[in-house]
Amino acid sequence: MHMHLRAILTIALFTLREAIQNRLISLVLAALISLFGLAEFIGEVAITESAETKVSILSSALRFFAVLLISLFVTMSMLREQHEKSLDLVLSLPISRASYFFGRLLGFSGAAIVVAALIGLCLLLYSPAQRVGPWVLSLACELFIVASVSIVCLFTFRQATLALSSVFGFYVLARTIGSIQLIGHGPLADPSAPSQRFISGVIDILAFLLPDLDRYTSSQWLIYGAADGRDLVAIIGQTMIYLVLLIGAGLFDLYRKNF
Amino acid sequence: MARERPVREVPVPVILSLCCGLTLQILWQTEQPPSQAIARALPPPPRIDVLEVASLGEQEALGRVLMLWLQAFDNQPGISIPFRDLNYGHAIGWLDAILTLAPRSQYPLLAASRLYAEVPAPVKQRQMLEFVYQRFLDDPNRRWQWLAHAAVLAKHRLADLPLALRYAQAIASHATGKDVPHWAKQMHIFVLEDMGEIETAKVLLGALLDSGTVTDPDEIEFLTSRLNQLQSPRRVSPPRNK
Repeated sequence: MHMHLRAILTIALFTLREAIQNRLISLVLAALISLFGLAEFIGEVAITESAETKVSILSSALRFFAVLLISLFVTMSMLREQHEKSLDLVLSLPISRASYFFGRLLGFSGAAIVVAALIGLCLLLYSPAQRVGPWVLSLACELFIVASVSIVCLFTFRQATLALSSVFGFYVLARTIGSIQLIGHGPLADPSAPSQRFISGVIDILAFLLPDLDRYTSSQWLIYGAADGRDLVAIIGQTMIYLVLLIGAGLFDLYRKNF
Repeated sequence: MARERPVREVPVPVILSLCCGLTLQILWQTEQPPSQAIARALPPPPRIDVLEVASLGEQEALGRVLMLWLQAFDNQPGISIPFRDLNYGHAIGWLDAILTLAPRSQYPLLAASRLYAEVPAPVKQRQMLEFVYQRFLDDPNRRWQWLAHAAVLAKHRLADLPLALRYAQAIASHATGKDVPHWAKQMHIFVLEDMGEIETAKVLLGALLDSGTVTDPDEIEFLTSRLNQLQSPRRVSPPRNK
């Protein structure tokens, strides 16, 4: 058990080191400066609620940037490892596949926490800590899910284009499925038409399988006050459940692979 | 060892094709006709559920971006369109959609009452003021100031005292929160006075003073003096702008 833990921590540490070597932090800082400048410019255009406009646009842009960054980093890192055969090398050592998987996931989660914390520090310029705190926590949860989905997609497709397209497709669907479901069951939809019933059924199934990312990391929390405790508990609960599902899927795929 | 080989290692045809491509691109661009400023009409807003999907769950941010876009619509590249030339039906549609996306933002109602309702076009002004009135009713304690401004516009710009009274009475009836100042709640009394409805104004002012809701001594003194003026037999009160 102790050996497994050491292996997991070592792999996680190497993953974090890789993030630093890939200039992930420099990239986050560059994006923060650029988007901060853009938000200030947009804020100047607003004739009222300038601070609210700035924080709303900046936080939603940073949220997208963080998701893009983590999914790219995870996919490219795992892909490089496959191409350079370092995964084969690691698995030839007395390290279980599960230890490798959890080590990588822990490392990517650490990188996600660093990214979320840096973004949170920037947002403190516009919003008080009691509003930024829950927002950062929720962003970190969102990034854990994105990192896990990226690992699973890469294991499944073994190609950057397919894997990244799937991750972005998953993310966009997870953030819009609630609204799509409402349209599907809305007054404009004809429930008697078989095609409509089929589409609504597919949407409902998708909604069951996807996490409610539209409830995560809302810019409203930074403007009007943080989400209440129940919202945060729901977000943490959903993240834990979804991580269990994704870890299961990832390990299932990893254990079936021949190297 | 250097990381890159010297330029002389690049074959001449490659360098030629690079220069040729660059030259052709520049020539192509010089032959293109210059862009012309063409005023675009304000399009109608899409359905609110389409906007909700497009926001990816960030309705607040999308609402604010759309508000800035709508506000800047009069300044299109190379051309400036007066607000009064905008299609107000579409503008109201957009403001309504933005308010639905970001219901706690005051921006759309500020724009409606202070930008779009200030144009010298009475029909469009009335359209916009009616929009402010309708959306005030959704959240009176937060949106009363925009209807108060609408009442002022109705009184002074449109010279329509009944409309001003309707708005002022709506504030008095619906905006009952403790943060709503007394001057806003009392507005309808002074509009009534302007309309020559002295008896009604006297009754309302007396009732207000008797109710004990006004506690500020200066305000009580001011209202008492107004009541005394109304009760004065020498007061001449022709109805103005009726």
